[in-house]
Amino acid sequence: MATTDITHDSLARIIAANRRTDVVMASIGILVLMVAGTLLGAVFIDLLASGWERLVNPDFYTNFPSRRPAQAGIISAVVGTSLVMLVTAVIAVPLGVAAGLYLEEYAAKNWLTDLIEINVSNLAGVPSIIYGLLALGLFVYGFGTGETILTAGLTLALLILPVIIVATREAVRSIPQDLREAAYGLGADKWQTVRLYVLPAARPGILTGVIVGLARAIGEAAPVITIGALTFIAFLPPAPLQIESPFINFDWLTSPFTVMPIQMFNWVSRPQAEFHINAAATGVVLMVMTLAMNALAIYIRLRLRRLQR
Amino acid sequence: MQRQLNTLMNEQFDDIPAPLGEASPATELRAEVRNLDFWYGDTQALKGVNLRVADRKVTAMIGPSGCGKSTLLRCFNRMHDLYPGNSYGGEIRLFPEDRNLIEMDPGLVRLRIGMVFQKPNPFPKSIFENVAAGLRVRGINAKKPLDERVEQALQGAALWDEVKDRLQESAYGLSGGQQQRLCIARALAPQPDILLLDEPTSALDPIATAKIEDLLTKLHKSVTVIIVTHNMQQAARISNYTAYMHMGKLVEYGVTDDLFTAPREQMTSDYITGRFG
Ligand SMILES: Nc1ncnc2c1ncn2[C@@H]1O[C@H](COP(=O)(O)OP(=O)(O)OP(=O)(O)O)[C@@H](O)[C@H]1O
Ligand SMILES: [Mg+2]
Repeated sequence: MATTDITHDSLARIIAANRRTDVVMASIGILVLMVAGTLLGAVFIDLLASGWERLVNPDFYTNFPSRRPAQAGIISAVVGTSLVMLVTAVIAVPLGVAAGLYLEEYAAKNWLTDLIEINVSNLAGVPSIIYGLLALGLFVYGFGTGETILTAGLTLALLILPVIIVATREAVRSIPQDLREAAYGLGADKWQTVRLYVLPAARPGILTGVIVGLARAIGEAAPVITIGALTFIAFLPPAPLQIESPFINFDWLTSPFTVMPIQMFNWVSRPQAEFHINAAATGVVLMVMTLAMNALAIYIRLRLRRLQR
Repeated sequence: MQRQLNTLMNEQFDDIPAPLGEASPATELRAEVRNLDFWYGDTQALKGVNLRVADRKVTAMIGPSGCGKSTLLRCFNRMHDLYPGNSYGGEIRLFPEDRNLIEMDPGLVRLRIGMVFQKPNPFPKSIFENVAAGLRVRGINAKKPLDERVEQALQGAALWDEVKDRLQESAYGLSGGQQQRLCIARALAPQPDILLLDEPTSALDPIATAKIEDLLTKLHKSVTVIIVTHNMQQAARISNYTAYMHMGKLVEYGVTDDLFTAPREQMTSDYITGRFG
């Protein structure tokens, strides 16, 4: 009888127990965060320390790779990575968002949609080298796009499409139904509802998915090597912008290229210790590029959130 | 008995008194529900409902929880069509053109019949853009007509004075009562033929409720209002006609004052005297 009574003391005991659970959970969380943060920080500081002498040298950023480690630079890798990421984003973001929207808002809810959903989620876990092999067969040999920036962009776009699709679906699914009903209730059709109300409200979630995807793509070496990226390149692709009309040109798409992870891998595998310094410095630049991408995403999110509080 | 009910209702429409103490205009029909059935999948939620909606009057729907008030209301703007498995039987005829709303394009129906929901549901946009939303959907994007009609709608919803200096701020910064009036303004801006309200004041305090009731009694001069409410005083205060529903059926329908003072059905009488519901 006494055990079922609700008294001040019994309630206080429950509160105390809950508080203990909170403390335990919070401690575990902080511990995990600290381990992850420390590891990342340690890697970064280690790279920074190892690569410092190259990082502070402006030539490092403007020189092409070279047989002499002290003169080797990363200009071709930085430009290559930037252009490949541009192609990847331009292809993967619209396609992935459109596919996610279609699956969530338009597709009939039946076994076929479920099957596609399961498959898409599984694709996100396929090893990247498999995408490289697929791209080698499909793009390089099948479509004859060659060992170019375009092929690399397409390959990495394929690689991150599932991530963007899944993120879009999750974001769209989390929009409360009464928001949709409000829009339909005003007479909006499906496309208006999606474009004016669902998509803007889902944007922060979609953006997170895009960044996670791009951050994965920027660090990939395996699929890009598979499709035949060069490891040593002493020229830049043609500039996308030019002074003469028509001011934009797309020749760079068909240019050979290298990317940061490959450049890094190449230098790491050299016997000379000086090249390892270059590799570490390249690692720092790569991490900074990734962090910059994240910072951009956070900035966009904050700007979007202003009206959505 | 259903037959009898129909004739009763027909008679009533022949000489409609003016419940709110106005001169009695010749009242016209705006819509008529005929033998309406509705199914959520296999469960029938409406059973042979007949209801005449008078033009530019307030029609209230009352009844115990789960009796089908929201279901009936949402038939009027075809909200049920958004979800798979729902089906209608019977007709809702729209006047004066005398067309069956159940067979019209749902989008077209919703362009003509506005709705305010139980829970305020403003868009995560500015106050201005919320009210302008229905206008933009109808292709009105020029600044001048938007400005004018947004102000007009906010005036109509008795919100203008409170928000005129913060039109560009987020609608989420408004209080619950203000948000609900914003939703009313949003529904009013495109000047719908019929305005549907599903328990619009159930989440609000008495002062905000009074504001909205006041607003509705003014509104019905220009728009036909159908309102679902759990609050019988509210129905008595603001409506011209009241329908009492029970388990998917319309039990009694009549002039509000008559229904509350001299209900014909025992069930209605039990409900309004609080003996069940
Ligand atoms: N989406 C749905 N699927 C299946 N049955 C539903 C659905 N929505 C409502 N119902 C059922 O239909 C009946 C009528 O529901 P409705 O929401 O119209 O009641 P209501 O009169 O508005 O009640 P309340 O006053 O509580 O809002 C109820 O029995 C309810 O359980
Ligand atoms: Mg309801």
